[in-house]
Amino acid sequence: MVKQILVGVVLLLSALAVRAELVIEVTQGVDAPTPVAVVPFGWDGEQLSDDIAQIVSDDLGRSGFFSMMKRENMLSSPQTQEQIFFRDWRVSGSDYLVVGRIIPAANNQVTATVELYDVLKEQRVWSETVNGNAGNLRDVAHYIADQIFQQLTGIRGAFSTRVVYVTAEMLGENKYRYRLQMADSDGARPRTILESKEPILSPTWSKDGSKLAYVSFESTRPSIYVQHLATGQRQRIQSFKGLNGAPAWSPQGDRLALVLSKDGNPEIYVLTLATGQLDRVTRHYGIDTEPTWAPDGESLLFTSDRGGMPQIYSLHLPTRDLKRLTFEGKYNSRGRLTQDGRFLTMVHQDSSGFHIAVQDLKSGRLDVLTSTGLDESPTIAPNGSIILYATKKGGRGVLAGVSLDGRVRFTMPNTRGDVREPAWSPYLQ
Amino acid sequence: MRVSNVAKAISLALSVAWVAGCSSPSTLTDSSGSSNENNGSASTYGAGSGADVNGSGVAGSVDVANLQTIFYFDFDASSVRSDSIADLEAHAQYLATHPNASVRLDGHADERGTREYNMALGERRAKAVERFLSVNGVNSAQAESISYGEEKPAVMGSGEGSLSQNRRVELKYEAR
Repeated sequence: MVKQILVGVVLLLSALAVRAELVIEVTQGVDAPTPVAVVPFGWDGEQLSDDIAQIVSDDLGRSGFFSMMKRENMLSSPQTQEQIFFRDWRVSGSDYLVVGRIIPAANNQVTATVELYDVLKEQRVWSETVNGNAGNLRDVAHYIADQIFQQLTGIRGAFSTRVVYVTAEMLGENKYRYRLQMADSDGARPRTILESKEPILSPTWSKDGSKLAYVSFESTRPSIYVQHLATGQRQRIQSFKGLNGAPAWSPQGDRLALVLSKDGNPEIYVLTLATGQLDRVTRHYGIDTEPTWAPDGESLLFTSDRGGMPQIYSLHLPTRDLKRLTFEGKYNSRGRLTQDGRFLTMVHQDSSGFHIAVQDLKSGRLDVLTSTGLDESPTIAPNGSIILYATKKGGRGVLAGVSLDGRVRFTMPNTRGDVREPAWSPYLQ
Repeated sequence: MRVSNVAKAISLALSVAWVAGCSSPSTLTDSSGSSNENNGSASTYGAGSGADVNGSGVAGSVDVANLQTIFYFDFDASSVRSDSIADLEAHAQYLATHPNASVRLDGHADERGTREYNMALGERRAKAVERFLSVNGVNSAQAESISYGEEKPAVMGSGEGSLSQNRRVELKYEAR
């Protein structure tokens, strides 16, 4: 009895700790999300740093595919199959049930055994025993959430990925602090990768997830840097007179598209990293910027105002064929493609402001996904399920998410500064 | 709860003000493409009046410390405004008569639109000022354009008042 109370207190405390770090608020859900219950996992030892079951539940809930049962509504806390009374879970409306138990292992390791049950069929759907470091329980939790997500949707989970973003604080007149931060896909465990008094922008991941490229003004002029995440080691790779901006890694990882204005106005260039060879690929007196690669690495999409206002164009590199992709509205910019190359997300301006929109490149249909007026920097999860973007809430920059169909939305409020420029990592395994 | 309601009210008020600002006819018809062409006309105008200043014989005695150093721009435009011309001409005169003096021209945009595109807009504004100086006799090596896009706002906030203060070029002497 005493032990049960203690476990309860521990879980409550760790739930509070999670909440202080991050508040995710699903503002809108799908029409008929699948109800799932994740029961608190069994654990007999000292207090753990993180509540794995809660993190799994939060991950699944944020995806919008599921409605998660609240703990206070659970009639029991089974940890094994024998302890499950399926009738109770059926009555309370859960289609699926997740139970688990954690036991300590040698060298500060823990072993978590997790099982997923189909409540209606009263059958076990999936089970796995996961080993992890007691100091990195969030990794264990995101891994479990990925497996469950894949079991229930058929789509590879992307909870074990990371997000980088920039925070900015105005400390006084002409005094600023900019930080490049990296966090889990749910915003937890933020850590600073770079801090500067001068602006940092346009962070972008290499395709293997080991490096970042970004623009930093730390020399009081914009330069493009590449930083290795494991070591923190970095190099300045481009620093011409004028703009040095908008780096974008090719899918093969061997080239970087970027923007330079050294010849007079912003043009797109492709830098071959091994040789340092720089090829200019656009020639126009208008603004050409914000390049992004098609998944095959043969085409670059970019923003250009060559037609009078910014629109997104596609340039096929081998043939130099140029095609305008966006026609709806007078301002469409900063495109990003899903990994299958079918959907283009962008910033789209209409009479109510700047929103995140997605265009089906097959049908040409454009859907505006957000209703707030200063939305920008869309970045797509590697499994194509969610777009993360920057918006304003209460006059402050925050990150928000929306599903590609626009039906699920959430915000990720940050405690400090203005948050902007999210960039979602590729799969990291 | 009360705080969040206040925040909501403020953000609503700001966004209403912003929408009002955005839907004015001038912003709807103003295109960066056409403003690009305006640069040339602004520069030409500057060249004409610049000759008069040079003829006045006060070159060399310009006190740049008292001149305006922040020059504002209209929404999505990069042409030098008429209220900037007198002081820019005086800067040009000083630079033309002090070949060892140099300036950097920091171009800025307001927060609307995407960041790298605004980086390009900020550069257009800085270059418009650079061209103005150039046609007024300043050697190209004496002025450098650097764009900060929307990354260093002069003031925070989304009302048209703060937006218009953020669309600017700051002229800074690196050497006098």
